[in-house]
Amino acid sequence: MTARYAVGDRVHVREAYPPGHIRTPYFIRGKSGVINDIAGEFANPEELAYGRVGLPKLTLYHVSFRQTDLWSDYNGGASDATVVAIYENWLEPA
Amino acid sequence: MSDSHIHGDDKWSHSHPKQPDIEDGPLTDYMVMTEAVGDLLIEKGVFSAGDLRAMIESIDTKSPTDGGRVIARAWLDQEFKVRFMEDVNAAAEELGIDAGTIPIRAVENTSEVHNVIVCTLCSCYPRMLLGLPPDWYKARAYRSRVVRDPRGVLREFGTEISSDVEIRVHDSTADLRYMVLPMRPDGTEGMGEGELAAIVNRDSMIGVTTVRKP
Amino acid sequence: MGGLEAGPVEQSEHDYAPWEKRVDAIMRLLTGKQYEVITVDELRRGIEDLGPGVYDELSYYERWISSITNILIEKGVISVDELGRRMEDVCARREEAGI
Repeated sequence: MTARYAVGDRVHVREAYPPGHIRTPYFIRGKSGVINDIAGEFANPEELAYGRVGLPKLTLYHVSFRQTDLWSDYNGGASDATVVAIYENWLEPA
Repeated sequence: MSDSHIHGDDKWSHSHPKQPDIEDGPLTDYMVMTEAVGDLLIEKGVFSAGDLRAMIESIDTKSPTDGGRVIARAWLDQEFKVRFMEDVNAAAEELGIDAGTIPIRAVENTSEVHNVIVCTLCSCYPRMLLGLPPDWYKARAYRSRVVRDPRGVLREFGTEISSDVEIRVHDSTADLRYMVLPMRPDGTEGMGEGELAAIVNRDSMIGVTTVRKP
Repeated sequence: MGGLEAGPVEQSEHDYAPWEKRVDAIMRLLTGKQYEVITVDELRRGIEDLGPGVYDELSYYERWISSITNILIEKGVISVDELGRRMEDVCARREEAGI
């Protein structure tokens, strides 16, 4: 499988709230960030969580979010960031 | 524990067939469940009593001392540092330290960037190099607040990060772990590898504190 | 839970009790490449399934062993009946030992 996004691409995290075990933290859903690097391909955790094999594997990205984009009242440095690992099925082009 | 227990202080272990753990304190349902589940898994051959004992012993041997040794070497040996930044597990192996199979990724603290590690989902932690995580790392307050207000949380640990330094919070996952390469403090030029390893505190390797000259 | 309101970080630590290390070791073995009986994601899903109230009432390793046990039952690795009987045995053993 080839990675859909490249390092430096701007991406948007889907704002969805399905039930079940999901690795995408709530605080970045609906937020935009930049691909920091491609972590590799891993079995789909949303399937693994229910005892299934989790294939095909999904590409996992490290996405960097500016703190000021995540929290409107953020009062630290302007370049402060949080880096989160997100599976490709949760990303859209920004 | 069904087969043996380990005296954590001195790592001296011996066999106590079917003897309860006196150190566990008042018996709870969860302790009973733990003992029963372990025994059943052994009886069913899912793993052996020896496997379980060896795993507990392995957990007991892991401590921040291992992480400190790797950091000290990275400070002193530029070529080792390059290998460490590329592949922490392989670099640790060079020092005879088993960092496990889950890839550990190193992030370097510099005068421009200060990295902090958290696991907002659960408790992912580079335990193979640091030992079991402290309670606060797994607790609600740290996990919820460090992404919201990293500078404030660090301040509670006595760590003041200058406003012109970028803070980068890394949210770990089960697939890979992070470890911070802290900055080597000024004035430690004359210190040997062993002395340097000894001043690397556990929390500096997840970026909550810095390393200070003794 | 990233971003939720919470008080100061209580920098408390405790030495892990033997039973907690046993839970940890059981999970490590069950998720290890050699066995692959449970995945870490199943463990987490099982913890989430305990419900929000239980999440706060139980300690970390109490949540873990609850989740592990439920998953082992779901997968048919152990049965409810044999677990119940074995837990009775464990209690009886403890009483004999005078604890």
